[in-house]
Order: sequence, then structure tokens, then C-alpha cells
Amino acid sequence: MQNAIQVKGLQKSYKQLHVLKGVDLEVERGSIFALLGSNGSGKTTIVEILTTLLKQDGGKATVNGFDVALKPDNVRQSISLTGQFAAIDEILTGRENLVMIARLRHLSNSSQVANDLLQRFGLTDAADRKASTYSGGMRRRLDIAMSLVGGSPLIFLDEPTTGLDPEARIEVWKMVKELAANGTTVFLTTQYLDEAEQLADRIAILHEGRIIVSGALAELKKLFPSAKIEYIEKQPTLEEIFLAIIGKKEKN
Amino acid sequence: METINNYFFNDMVVMLRRSMRHIFRSLDTIITVTIMPIAMMLLFVYVLGGAIQTGTKNYVDYLLPGILLIAIANSAGYVSYRLFLDKQRGIFERFNSMPIARSAALWGHVLTSLVSNAISLMVIVLVALLMGFRSPAGILSWLAVAGILALFTLTLTWIAAVPGLSAKTVDGAGVIAYPIHFLPLISSAFVPTKSMPGPVRAFAEHQPVTSIVETIRALLSNQPVGHEIWIALAWCIGIILVAYLFAMRVYKKWA
Repeated sequence: MQNAIQVKGLQKSYKQLHVLKGVDLEVERGSIFALLGSNGSGKTTIVEILTTLLKQDGGKATVNGFDVALKPDNVRQSISLTGQFAAIDEILTGRENLVMIARLRHLSNSSQVANDLLQRFGLTDAADRKASTYSGGMRRRLDIAMSLVGGSPLIFLDEPTTGLDPEARIEVWKMVKELAANGTTVFLTTQYLDEAEQLADRIAILHEGRIIVSGALAELKKLFPSAKIEYIEKQPTLEEIFLAIIGKKEKN
Repeated sequence: METINNYFFNDMVVMLRRSMRHIFRSLDTIITVTIMPIAMMLLFVYVLGGAIQTGTKNYVDYLLPGILLIAIANSAGYVSYRLFLDKQRGIFERFNSMPIARSAALWGHVLTSLVSNAISLMVIVLVALLMGFRSPAGILSWLAVAGILALFTLTLTWIAAVPGLSAKTVDGAGVIAYPIHFLPLISSAFVPTKSMPGPVRAFAEHQPVTSIVETIRALLSNQPVGHEIWIALAWCIGIILVAYLFAMRVYKKWA
């Protein structure tokens, strides 16, 4: 079966700065792929090239079988992007945001689509409030809901949990897992190792403009010396304490 | 590709509806583009007007064209502001990764500027009528006035688009608003230029607003428009072309 994303020798420079120096990667259909890298490593640049927002300087990238440089319109038909910052219209209500995107995707039943997504993302009560009144987690949920309008088979999530509190973060993780369970391919960038570990079928690490390792988590673990057995006292992490206290842990 | 172009009009309407909501939900915008010009008109007619000699029977007849241009000028800053926010908040990014025509988002803002100004100008003309404004102009003259006002709106909209799209901060985006505000004040919008001292008069008589004001005034009072209309059109079209090229260059750079 053809891969959802196929990238070979991708290059991109901003003036003097050589951000991508020949990136190769493949994303299987229906999988969750996590691109790991520190801030400024070029994760967003890769997302921007794959979503046709930016043109590469060299190399070839194919998304859902379409070359991003040659067939950008076909690529856009088949993807959805949730950028690094929640790209919602704050002056519109949650419902209006969803209806707007549904109309722009030329769906005939835009209000029905909006209703369904509001329900699925637990935003029905807040549906007719301006998005500017939403909490960070609600914004992110609305943002992702907007990306699901039209049911694109491939979704890009650029650092979807950056700046979210632990609770909202777990909510986003749950959503991503649901998406993948329904067959959507998810391309995710993150700087949190545990996020990649939690979600991804395959992980690639971007460092100094190249993918230095990639593979399933189990494969990556094999790259390291075999585990040594040590006895240590397991202290709960602050996150676990926090979540236990506010009683949301069972949601995970 | 074909499907995308077929939806261009549909997409523009969605964009228009979106930014019209922004305007109607922003009291600040409504005050600046409609209430303020009306307040100025009241102030000039009922407070200062008695002392201003314009040679027309009714000062509001003289003043109205200038007030209409002020309303359009006041709206220009909001074009920059709305474009800047869309860019900064990643809304353009979302639109541009969707299967819609690339320029629909930008043209949506331009169309919004035209529609919202049309609405506020109609309100202002209605108020002027209540204040005693009368015009012998026929339907063709009114259409010509509407055309010139639309052209002036486009001129300022495209000028405002440049900082809106290229600014790094919201203050930078608004930078164009102030010089634009001043243009109608230093023109024949409120008083004839004859009364101004030399350099000011020279500036006032050779800037676009004066020729536009004079043209509209002539059309509304059924006077011959003379060559002023050609100067007005040349200013508007010239500025639109330059500003459009700059704005599109900035827009395409990241879109």
C-alpha cells in the first residue's frame, strides 16, 4: 500500500540558515507518526512544506500520492492542518467557526457537521459563546474539531499540546488516539518525549536538519544497551499527584 | 484546480460573512466608522458651520463629501488590524492549507471593506438628509459618486493591506491609520483652500482628497465636474496599482 507521506532529501534554507539538510521520512497510512525535535529544529518547517504553505528548496515530498510542489491543490483536498497556535476565530462562536470551515470545505450539511463535532468534542454547552471566552483546552479542542471538518484522511498536528495544562493534554491525546482508531493518519510534531511515547506508532527524531533515528518505539529502545534491572523507590510524579487530586485520571 | 475556482465566489461570501460579523460585533469599529463621522458632521454644521464661508447656501451640502471620505479613512486602520490578526493568529495559515482559492482570504477582506463602508456611508447620508442636506443630482450622478467612493475605499484598503500583512506588531499594523486620518482634514473637505496659507494650500490642492471631494461636490450639486474627476481617478488608480502590487508581494511571500 502506498504511504500517506513520502519524503526524500528535503532541503530548506532561510537565508543563511540551513534548516533542513536532506530529510527522509515515510508515514504509513492509518498510523500515528511523531516527529520529535527541540525548538527550532525545523519540525514546523517540515509541516509547512507538507501542507503546501512553504516551498522546499530541494528534495521531493509526496502527500497522499500527490507531489506537494506540483499538485498543491490535490494535497490540500486531502489533508487538514492544526497549526502550532490554535487558529480559531475568537470573535465568532464555536459553532460559527465550525460552520465557516464546513462551508469552505463546500459541505452541503454544514450545520449538521458543526453540531456533530460540537457534541463529539464536548463543546455543545459553549457552542454559542464567543471563542475568546474559551479556556486553553477548549480552544485546542475547537481547533482540532475544525481540522476534522470534512474528514480528511491525513491530519497534521503541530505541537498540539504545547502550552496546555496536563488535563487538557490528556484530552488531546485521547482525541488523537480516537482519530487513529478510525483510520485517520496523524502526523504529529512534539517536543515532549512522553507524548511521542504515549501516542506514536513510529517516531522520528529531527536533529540538525536531518532525521537521525526513526522507527517504532520498541526499535528505538533496542538502539540502547539492554535494560539493567535496578530497584528504585517509585515516587509519584507531580503530574500524577495533580491528576489524582483533581480526579480526572480515570479519563485517560 | 477547476473545482477550487468554481467555488471562488462561494468562498468569498463565507469570508465576507465572517469579517462582517467582526465589524458588527466590534462597537469600537462601529463608533469609529459611523458614529464619529456623524458627530463631526453635527459639530461642523451646528457649532463651526455658522462661521465658515463656503459660498454654498447650506453648509451641510458643502461638508457631506468630506465627511464621507473621513468615514472611509477611519475604516482603513481596521483593515490593517483585521489582516494582521488573521496572519498572526494562524487563520490565514489554516485557510491556505485548505482547498480554497489562495486569494479568497485576502479578497474577502477587501470585499468586506467595500460592503461595510457602503453601509456606513448610507447611514451617514441618511443623517445628512435629516440635517437638511439636499441634492439636485440625478441617478447617474449618484452612481458616479458611489463609484468614486468605492474606488477611494479600494485605494485606502489596499494601502492599509500592506502594513496589515507585513507588520510584526499590532502597533506596526496600525501605523498607516494616522496619516490617512489627516488627509481629509488638510483638504477642501471642510473649508475652501483659498483661506489657507501658501504651503498648506499648495499641499491641500495637490493631494488626492481635494480632487475627490471637489468631484463629488460637483456631482452632487449638478455642477460640471471639469478636470478634477480625471485627477481624482488618476490618483486612486495609480495608488491602487502600487499598493496592490506591494500587498500581493507580501501576501504571496508567506501564503
